[in-house]
Amino acid sequence: MRPPRAERRADADALRRSFVTPEGVDLRLHLGSAGTRAAAFLIDACAIVAVLVVATIVIFALFLSVHATALAIVWMIGFFVLRNGWFTLFEMAGRGATPGKRIMGLRVVARDGARLNGSAVIARNAMREIELFLPLTFLGQQASEGTADTFVTLFALGWSGIFLLFPLFNRDRLRVGDLLAGTWVVRTVRIALGSELAVPSAQPRRVFSDAALSLYGEYELQTLEDVLRGGNRDAIAAVAATIRRKANVPDDGDDQGFLTDYYAALCVRLERGLLVGRRRADKFAAGK
Amino acid sequence: MTASVSPVGQPVLVNASRFRVAHAAEWERLDAIVRRIERGSVRALPQDDLLALPLLYRTALSSLSVARETSLDRALIDYLEQLCTRAYFQLYGVQTSAWTQLKRFFVHGWPAAVQSLWRETLVSLLLTVAGAVVGYLIVRGDAAWFFAIVGDGMAGGRDPSASVETLRKTIYATEQQNALATFAAYLFTHNAQIAIFSFALGFAFAVPTALLITYNGMMLGAFMAVFVPKGLGVGFTGWIMIHGTTELFAIILSGAAGFRIGTAIAFPGRRTRGDAAVAAGQSGAIAMAGAVVMLLVAGMLEGIGRQLLTDDLTRYAIGTVMLAGWLLYFYLPRKSDATAPG
Repeated sequence: MRPPRAERRADADALRRSFVTPEGVDLRLHLGSAGTRAAAFLIDACAIVAVLVVATIVIFALFLSVHATALAIVWMIGFFVLRNGWFTLFEMAGRGATPGKRIMGLRVVARDGARLNGSAVIARNAMREIELFLPLTFLGQQASEGTADTFVTLFALGWSGIFLLFPLFNRDRLRVGDLLAGTWVVRTVRIALGSELAVPSAQPRRVFSDAALSLYGEYELQTLEDVLRGGNRDAIAAVAATIRRKANVPDDGDDQGFLTDYYAALCVRLERGLLVGRRRADKFAAGK
Repeated sequence: MTASVSPVGQPVLVNASRFRVAHAAEWERLDAIVRRIERGSVRALPQDDLLALPLLYRTALSSLSVARETSLDRALIDYLEQLCTRAYFQLYGVQTSAWTQLKRFFVHGWPAAVQSLWRETLVSLLLTVAGAVVGYLIVRGDAAWFFAIVGDGMAGGRDPSASVETLRKTIYATEQQNALATFAAYLFTHNAQIAIFSFALGFAFAVPTALLITYNGMMLGAFMAVFVPKGLGVGFTGWIMIHGTTELFAIILSGAAGFRIGTAIAFPGRRTRGDAAVAAGQSGAIAMAGAVVMLLVAGMLEGIGRQLLTDDLTRYAIGTVMLAGWLLYFYLPRKSDATAPG
């Protein structure tokens, strides 16, 4: 049983990075996962295309009525700014995130913890030219001339593939652009403070034997916390049954109450250990 | 701990409860302030909140440290972690104003980045010149090469078989006024895209950038080979020079930025490969952004200036003045930037 669990916990921590503030506290940043970042990129790409289509239609409609060549200039400059500026300008603004990243709860941050400067943002986004736009333009050009053969298509796809999959091949999920700019993308999600589990109540609490409380460690305690907060009746019943069986406690029909009391008692016991410097990571660690 | 007694009369059980009672109000206030800033209204923040922000942030940080060591309530720790992270980025990660950044870019950042690229700039210049010489010689040797190098679209009738009259017209003819600005915009976007490419391509150990820069020089040489033998060398040089000193300089600089990345990755020297890449990427990015600005100027000179001014002498003068201006701006020794971060 041990290796799988250790692996699972390593997975959860694989995307966390130590990040010490000037005050000396480690914030343990969560890096954005490859999937979230791909989703953010797709949102941005759709937004860019949508803006481009709408602007083109509007400008074309205006052109039909006024015939001003200034409109052509507006379109060309607009296209250039949209293509090169969407990511750069949004990330240079205070939030350090494009609309897609904001929706997905991501933010671009300098890896060394300094403030994110303009040159880093320009560098990370200029690399999109070779990651994405170059093969696309190349493919588009060949296709429009009718000369796109299998080899060219494969080459363009392979080229993009190398760069698109690049974040999957390094621990920090860095794009080529991130690598050059000294940035990474972290998760900044707002979480509300969860309610207290060990709330004091008027009813007397259940009392557990020392043997019953030495069954588990912190990992199990926090898993129990998740189960209680999740509020899934089946899960609560299953967990309560397991603990009762292991701790030799008779079933009193109140699963929720039993688990809450057990959680509180276990928490008190483990916290008491913490205060004297005895941590018990999980049930496999030696109890005292 | 006798003080921590719950309203119901029972002693408080876990540390998290005591902790929440003592500090929850401060956390909530910090959360509210940070949320308002995240929505983009730092200015709308009352002065009290603004002054309280750093204090609340430190309180939250110390709460986090204490919670990690004494409490096993994961919801509490997760909450404090995200709160501190968000507050950290609002306090430390916020950019200086766009205006200050722009000023710093033009006063210090850009010239400093270009200066630091001097070696790469020389290499880039040499490649351009070598490309031009080779382009000139092979087109003089066999005119068919011209089409291989330049391509039909770009040539626009200015090929070796064209008569002297046609060629002269392409240099001195003035187009309609309203087409000029459009042409300028087209040239700018096209060239700026190439500049960004040659920067980004530097990532592949600078090889594609070197090819791009050499090819750019070869095109110049190929055109020279068309005009010079027909006695239009002086006119053609003026036609190129009015904007070319700016445009070619910009392309050479963006190529140099590409070289810097490629060489930093291939030969990081004493630093780690990652650190070398970051330093090169950031200074290269500044030089490339500057090159885009130069190309904007070049686009206007080419699209508007060249079409309106058909006198050789004026064209030479403008081209020379621009070149001298850029050289002075970039390479004139100046005090180092005291305000630069880091």
